[in-house]
Amino acid sequence: MTRTSARASGRRLEPRMLTGAQIVLECLTRERVSHVFGYPGGAILPVYDVMPAYPIHHVLARHEQGAVHMADGFARAGGGVGVAMATSGPGATNMVTGIATAMMDSSPLVCITGQVSSSLIGSDAFQETDITGVTLPITKHNYLVTEADEIAPALREAFYIARSGRPGPVLVDITKDAQQGSCSFDWEAAEPKPPGYRPDHRPRAAEVRHALDLINGSARPVILLGHGVILGEAENLVKAFAERTTIPVAMTLLGIGAFPGSHPLNLGMMGLHGEAWVNEAVQQADLLIALGMRFDDRVTGKLAEFAPGARKIHVEIDPAEVNKNVPVDVGLIGDVRDVLEALLPGVTPNDHAAWLAHIDGLRGHATARSIQGFDDDGHLYAAHAIHDLWQATRGRALVVTDVGQHQMWEAQYYRHESTRSLITSGGLGPMGFAVPAAIGAKLARPDADVWAIVGDGGFQMTMAELGTMVQEGVKVNIAIINNGCLGMVRQLQEFFYGARYHATPLVNPDFVTLASAYGIRGIRVTERAGVAAAVAAAAAHDGPVLLDIRVESGDAVYPMVAAGAGLDQMIRRPAQEATR
Amino acid sequence: MSSTFVVYVEDKPGVLNRVASLFRRRAFNIESLTVGHTDTPGVSRMTIVVGTDRDGARKVEAHLYKLVNVLRVDDVTSTPAVFRDLAMIKVQASAETRSHIMQLVDVYRARIVDVAPDSLMVEVTGTEDKIDSLLDVLRPYGVLEAVRTGRVAMARGAARTPRVRPASAALRGPMPRIPREPAASGPVQLTA
Repeated sequence: MTRTSARASGRRLEPRMLTGAQIVLECLTRERVSHVFGYPGGAILPVYDVMPAYPIHHVLARHEQGAVHMADGFARAGGGVGVAMATSGPGATNMVTGIATAMMDSSPLVCITGQVSSSLIGSDAFQETDITGVTLPITKHNYLVTEADEIAPALREAFYIARSGRPGPVLVDITKDAQQGSCSFDWEAAEPKPPGYRPDHRPRAAEVRHALDLINGSARPVILLGHGVILGEAENLVKAFAERTTIPVAMTLLGIGAFPGSHPLNLGMMGLHGEAWVNEAVQQADLLIALGMRFDDRVTGKLAEFAPGARKIHVEIDPAEVNKNVPVDVGLIGDVRDVLEALLPGVTPNDHAAWLAHIDGLRGHATARSIQGFDDDGHLYAAHAIHDLWQATRGRALVVTDVGQHQMWEAQYYRHESTRSLITSGGLGPMGFAVPAAIGAKLARPDADVWAIVGDGGFQMTMAELGTMVQEGVKVNIAIINNGCLGMVRQLQEFFYGARYHATPLVNPDFVTLASAYGIRGIRVTERAGVAAAVAAAAAHDGPVLLDIRVESGDAVYPMVAAGAGLDQMIRRPAQEATR
Repeated sequence: MSSTFVVYVEDKPGVLNRVASLFRRRAFNIESLTVGHTDTPGVSRMTIVVGTDRDGARKVEAHLYKLVNVLRVDDVTSTPAVFRDLAMIKVQASAETRSHIMQLVDVYRARIVDVAPDSLMVEVTGTEDKIDSLLDVLRPYGVLEAVRTGRVAMARGAARTPRVRPASAALRGPMPRIPREPAASGPVQLTA
């Protein structure tokens, strides 16, 4: 038999009889899934039982939340769909935080859960939870599958929905009897065809013309760049657009990396903890071009006072986001890449020299108050540690941050040059994200120098995943920005609750000793000079390294938009003299 | 103020829950919701009355379109449409009052659908106003029980139920748009 005819006869083998569990893995294999992050249990065991026969690597997490964050980090680093798996009941409910994280940040995930047998549904059986009901508001879509022959159509549709349009998590809950039952498997027949789902929008020509009129006629324009640019792989087009029009670029937290940090048109992060000059530029603009961002309350400040003099163009793939928070003049609904391709031929070059010079003037005022200009006074500040980590990794690390003060300092002081080099949770903000997401990121990009930057509070929420890291032999370096307290909450107490520090001080374990219990090398850093040396040691070490960086406890993230205030009314860092 | 939507959805388990959950999640108040089959197999039709203004109505429509099982959303609030509510009202009726009640029922073009020694059951269809009014005039006789379906709506003219199309055709079909004012001359403004 020739190869051709063998392949032809291979095709004729379909449909063939398989168990539901085999169909799950057959579908994952055909969706080119290389890694599944999960935790086994009774109701998903039929799938686990047949998994070794397929070319899929299972990563055993220590908690299902960790498994979903790993899949999320895997998706964000590699650009594919992340897959997480868990059993029914507690396995499924433990996934909830991870799923909500992916939903808020538009991360493409397929979460597969086992469910009790269909005959037991509704009987409050052991480990039965209505997980499709629980996850209804935090998934893009979900499925309860009770028959083996429904598995392939549901899974194919789940992958299609997760990755198309505005990406998001999709959960497929499969009963144990559906996994154990048999049916004929026909991949072609299971082609996804959800009749009401239309993810591909294109802007209308009239809207494109109107947008071009605004762009070409503006004197003080600013581009607001968000996660959609990364998800839409439009980084090069954004760069071309900004350079041709000479429009400065501000970004949301999740937009960081989509535009080179050292580019002359890069302003940096806007929003609650954005640099003051960036927010001032946004507030003074006469045109905002929002690309793949959703005017989250963290970036607008008080809505009524947001960019009062600016016309607004919103380029967004999700029609429901346009005019949701901020009324706009033109909504261009579509993939950022398609929209920019439509806009680019029509933009006229413009040097905007006066406007750029004006923004530079705003910058000078803020630079004087930057902590990076402060003299070394013997204290180790987190902002200095992260700045030095940036230099020591030559700005080339893939950084995964947790949630809190360190996350903002990272966004301010680690300058990212390339896309998908910062992975962080912007929407939901779950502490405990960094360590598992970093594991997923490293598995997606084995050549990347992956650093998890995490607070001492958030680290302890998912530090059990150190076990996963060791078991999988994943080389992720961890920098704990250890200030001995829940810093961001403490900061809120300091500014808005009369400095009553209730329930924010932490009694921590010795993280270096803890690391050694896992066979991980731990290094304690207590002075500024130690940061670069520790990073160098981490780079030279084969396995994972954990840095316990003991930083000033009472420091706060500056600048900060005052509660309920406009974007340009910021609380500024006191000058260095005042801190002494 | 209220907005009325006609929503076509796939006839699958849990779809009503998805729609209702959306309104709860986005803090929109459902004033009435009716569901039923259509003439097309696999397609159900909802009439939803929501307490929201035009701006809110646009958000509702856009969010409904994000539900995978939603096929089409028509905001019929200000389009020519027929609105109907159906009510059944059980009212006390003695030998003396019975004929009075029957006269009132005639005036409202309602029908008596059940007669018992001490009561009558009245069936009435019409706008909510008309039914409210009939309830008001029957109340002095003693309303024992009343049930209303909530508003159903249908746009006038030739628009029809969407078919459940295969994906390939659906992808070629017209794209759902952000809800907006009818096209006016000049630049497109998305805000009211």
